[in-house]
Amino acid sequence: MLRYLLHKLALIIPTVFGISLAAFAFVRLLPGDPIMALAGERGVSPERYAELVERFGYNRPYVIQYLEYIGRVLTGDFGISLATKRPVLGEFQALFPATLELATIALLIAVLIGIPAGIFAAVKRGSWFDQATMGVALTGYSMPIFWWGLLLIIFFSGYLGWTPVSGRIGLQYFFKPTTGFMLIDSLISGKSGAFKSAASHLVLPAIVLATIPLAVIARQTRSAMLEVLGEDYVRTARAKGLAPRRVIGLHAFRNALIPVVTTIGLQVGTLMAGAILTETIFSWPGIGKWMIDAIAKRDYVVVQSGLLIIALIVMAVNLIVDVLYAVINPRIRVQ
Amino acid sequence: MTDQTTAEATAASIPSGGRQRAFTEFWHYYSMNTGAVIGLVVFSALVLVAIFAPLVAPHSPDEQFRDALLTPPVWQEGGKSAFLLGTDAVGRDMLSRLIFGARFSLFIGLVVVVFSLTSGIVLGVLAGYFRGWVDTLIMRVMDVILAFPSLLLALVLVAILGPGLFNAMLAIALVLQPHFARLTRAAVMAEKNREYVISAKVAGASHVRLMVKTILPNCMAPLIVQATLSFSNAILEAAALGFLGVGAQPPTPEWGTMLATAREFILRAPWVVTFPGLAILITVLAINLIGDGLRDAFDPKLKRS
Repeated sequence: MLRYLLHKLALIIPTVFGISLAAFAFVRLLPGDPIMALAGERGVSPERYAELVERFGYNRPYVIQYLEYIGRVLTGDFGISLATKRPVLGEFQALFPATLELATIALLIAVLIGIPAGIFAAVKRGSWFDQATMGVALTGYSMPIFWWGLLLIIFFSGYLGWTPVSGRIGLQYFFKPTTGFMLIDSLISGKSGAFKSAASHLVLPAIVLATIPLAVIARQTRSAMLEVLGEDYVRTARAKGLAPRRVIGLHAFRNALIPVVTTIGLQVGTLMAGAILTETIFSWPGIGKWMIDAIAKRDYVVVQSGLLIIALIVMAVNLIVDVLYAVINPRIRVQ
Repeated sequence: MTDQTTAEATAASIPSGGRQRAFTEFWHYYSMNTGAVIGLVVFSALVLVAIFAPLVAPHSPDEQFRDALLTPPVWQEGGKSAFLLGTDAVGRDMLSRLIFGARFSLFIGLVVVVFSLTSGIVLGVLAGYFRGWVDTLIMRVMDVILAFPSLLLALVLVAILGPGLFNAMLAIALVLQPHFARLTRAAVMAEKNREYVISAKVAGASHVRLMVKTILPNCMAPLIVQATLSFSNAILEAAALGFLGVGAQPPTPEWGTMLATAREFILRAPWVVTFPGLAILITVLAINLIGDGLRDAFDPKLKRS
């Protein structure tokens, strides 16, 4: 197992190097001048300009700039945002819990509905439930989620007036973040109505973000179950006279779980991309909106380090999934 | 040498009959899937509408009817029969804009698939055929592309290239291309050591011939399915970029761009938001239905059961 883990880590090193190089190169390729972006509308004098170029090292060769950047990143210094003048890492840490909370709830919705729906559809293959579920799943999979979000706002916020349109919690509630998860913080705060406010802000964005992962997980669970249900050992279990529930739950589902776990892991990238759109529509103060704003404002430092951090998170999750996969399925380790 | 020519001659004579038989068999399995047939019908209708847009559309997509701003659809109170699906904030006919929008979405899908399919096949075949450092280099670059969330990477690429429809298509093609490279590589590696490839190699076929004529045609099934998926993905991503303001620029009647400009009227005039999104959903759904149908028709496992 340790050898497998080391092997996987060794494979990742060139990719991490490539990611850092790509993030660095993208930002150098962006049109515009970072110092002029920093100066804003007032502009800077030529002397000050030269001084700033010197200070940020933009006049040094790219190789040196890259190595210096990597050196700083390894010590935890991801640079200072040009727009807010605050450390990028601090901004990321302040905003990431919002995205993590949204993505966690979305993934929970997707898994808790998607897996049972997929299992039932497979067991009742060809029934109206199967056809309806798969029809809904394919529609969800084809959904332009930014439009889906707008539709939900029209109906639930505009027509019914049930949910707020933007933000994480009502403005009247204010407390220091302890966990960063608004649902938990609002409970801890003990203020009446705070939790309800946080939940009503979260529900629509979470549904929107969950839509595509839910569809993918339901479809994948169904096809994995169908494959396993046709296997000899399932037939044997049935022939032995085991209760159908035991056959499906114990023999079939545990083996069908392997591809499903992989699929769930792969949803992390989807969730990140989805977060960009969802956070834009619902003005959710997370890292998706942060990146969009940074790209629009040409905040080079945030774009570069944000890309790097997000890609590293996606890679880390994929690594965890690979290892989990090897834990569930020992055959993988031998290869 | 003579043996090879005769072999090739017979091989060339088979397809006319064999290909038709293969197609009939394929259609037999494809048409068993009702959803796939519906998808194909809807998609064909969309293609026809896109091609004949100037004939089908009741108005020009850019003509502004200043006396009919934000007219609701015909079945709602205040609707006018001249504007079946209503008008937008500057009085342009929604239906006509949607019809012309079909051209953009289908064109985007086609261009992106052609770009990403060809580059992905070339890279995948090279990696799978030669292995070694060529393989390592190509596949590590693909890993890097895949490590970034697709929409985020497309956004940054568009920021570098400058906003606009063409650059958005390039960015999306680059983001979708690793899937083709990975699939092709896996298929080539599976086929490479099969007997027919070795016999072609022994007969003296060159590297290029082995790659393009011998191996590649036998790797097509998964690539066709992936191409369908990418077609619908490309339409979704392009609409998302348009919605975020960096794809096609107004007044282009691209569906995502239409949604972006309609956002401020979301509560006052829901139809300007509803219809462009519905058009995206129907198009993408039709293509995904076709994709599912193709996958099932190609899958020998399913045929047996």
